[in-house]
Amino acid sequence: MKTARLLLTSMTGLRRNLLRATLTTLGIMIGVAAVIAMVEIGQGSAKVVAKTISSMGSNTLLIIPGTAASGGVSFGAGSVMTLTPQDAEALIREATTLRAVAPIVRTRGQVVYGNKNWVPSSVTGTTPTYLQVQNWEGLTAGEMFTEQDVRNASKVCVIGATIVKELFDGESPIGKDLRVQNVALKVVGVLSSKGANMMGMDQDDIILAPWTTIKSRISGTSTANTSQATVSTNTVNSISNLYPSTGLALYPAVSENQTANTPLTTKLINIDQIMTSAKSAEDIPVAIDQINEIIRNRHNLRTGEENDFSVRDMSQMIKAMTSTTALMTKLLLCVAMISLLVGGVGIMNIMLVSVTERTREIGLRMAVGARAKDILLQFLAEAIVLCLLGGAIGIAFGRIISILITTFLQWPTQMSVPAILAAVIVSASVGIIFGFYPAWKASKLDPIEALRYE
Amino acid sequence: MSLIELKDIHKIYQMGEIEVPVLRGLSLNIDQGEMVALMGSSGSGKSTLMNILGCLDRPTSGKYCLDGADITDYSNDQRANLRNKKIGFVFQNFNLLPRTSALENVIMPLAYSDEVISKEEEIEKAKKILIRVGLGDRLDHYTSQLSGGQQQRVAIARALINNPPVLFADEPTGNLDSKTTAEVLEMFKELHEKDRITIIIVTHEVEVASHTEKIIRLKDGQIEEQD
Repeated sequence: MKTARLLLTSMTGLRRNLLRATLTTLGIMIGVAAVIAMVEIGQGSAKVVAKTISSMGSNTLLIIPGTAASGGVSFGAGSVMTLTPQDAEALIREATTLRAVAPIVRTRGQVVYGNKNWVPSSVTGTTPTYLQVQNWEGLTAGEMFTEQDVRNASKVCVIGATIVKELFDGESPIGKDLRVQNVALKVVGVLSSKGANMMGMDQDDIILAPWTTIKSRISGTSTANTSQATVSTNTVNSISNLYPSTGLALYPAVSENQTANTPLTTKLINIDQIMTSAKSAEDIPVAIDQINEIIRNRHNLRTGEENDFSVRDMSQMIKAMTSTTALMTKLLLCVAMISLLVGGVGIMNIMLVSVTERTREIGLRMAVGARAKDILLQFLAEAIVLCLLGGAIGIAFGRIISILITTFLQWPTQMSVPAILAAVIVSASVGIIFGFYPAWKASKLDPIEALRYE
Repeated sequence: MSLIELKDIHKIYQMGEIEVPVLRGLSLNIDQGEMVALMGSSGSGKSTLMNILGCLDRPTSGKYCLDGADITDYSNDQRANLRNKKIGFVFQNFNLLPRTSALENVIMPLAYSDEVISKEEEIEKAKKILIRVGLGDRLDHYTSQLSGGQQQRVAIARALINNPPVLFADEPTGNLDSKTTAEVLEMFKELHEKDRITIIIVTHEVEVASHTEKIIRLKDGQIEEQD
């Protein structure tokens, strides 16, 4: 009852000078509108950045083989071939936090179709799950090759948009035969366009084929060890025609005793990388632990022994990207907060003027029985009502601004309930903080002098 | 029985180093239902006396009893409450709220009353009083749309809303012409005779004072004569 009356009194007080009240609260209005619009734009872009990153395979974990060194000369990351397709299968079976696992075999070489030729940046041998790992949205034409194709090492491939542009020139590539290093691969599908990745590399300049096909029919060798590793050993084994690997000495010569103690099956088939995708960004640390455990187990590594592979994630990159948007949002928020502060000072200024102007009214109210507390509350209520109304209008304005921005500039925005709540709380506090001094001043007036004030 | 009882009231204003005595040992009794005029030249202390009587100011020394209670040592809040309940004020310049209806002006003091009554009751009460002062047809008029006499009647209605036993009028006719002066004085008389409200009018017009039963003349902070 008392509060209702207080609000009513302050409302009538404000209504008596509507234009001035509106102008006074303009500062708060603009401040709140700015806060709301900033936060909504910031959240919208943060969401888009997150989406972009995840489309680039943000949750992707890359498992690469370890480093070989010989006589103090390191061969660089991935120079030992320790990863096998069975490692990939084991990960699919055992790691609960992984969404998808794809073995990767890479090669590079000329691709020919008709009278055109092209060297794609990546000729990748993998399994159909590659698309899931990479968050690839799908194919624009045809179909992905199947697990069956992988098992059979079928001569099929799926090509990226850039290859279509370079080799087919408007023709439909489906069913056509490409020659990759003189091996004819039938195009069964065209990947949807993904554009450049963060490093600026064209992700559409790609040919995907079953890894078995690449391994056994095209490259036959791991890209990693074609460099220096080939120099060290050059032994030719009986299966070098099928797998013309250079036969790098993976392990030091094994004595008979050792062979008896650790019956290792010879790894004839190895893969260049294993690409996996964690179920969510939060799962990445657990996923890394699981991968380490499973592969160490498979490679018979003892505790204390170093990993013969390494796991890389892109969380660092994601952190950098999201922290940039977060920083921008915070910066804009600071600017908006300053405008709220300026608005608050405006409120204080006008409230002081109002108190002076209404000195006689204050004197009269005191004469008819208002206590100092009543006067204080009345003016405080006026300031708070003013700020809250300004805040409410500001919220509406902010929403309108972000809707307009989305409509006309196509910037993404997202409504933020915490921002709205914060705006309400902040404008009420601005009212309290900046309304208190004028109200306190009013309450300290001497009724006799106030009544006589001209 | 005395409604107002002042005993040896002193009021000294401190102007920097210098002490300026305004009231010097003033004693006064006003009975319930009296209509009194307070006269005196400027500087005689009549405004100061009025402020003390109206509980707006405190005497430097002396004793003040209002309606049987010694209020000399009342706190500011207690005095505010007292002003709300027991005292009505009418001012020379009306002191009405601008851009506010007559009705709202009259209701205003109820906001500071302890007793909480509903909005409808408040409006009913204010309407009754406004009808009584002859403004039944002007309830929703803004005060700026009313004539001086009408404005003063709104002020009187506002002073009466809490049924106070005493009404202080500080030069109530100072801003009015002779016709409306007569109207306002007639109203005071009626309130005095019908409702037995004690009315104290501060004035320097002999014509106004002649309508009262008793005239108190002040000179140099003391009562010169009472009749």
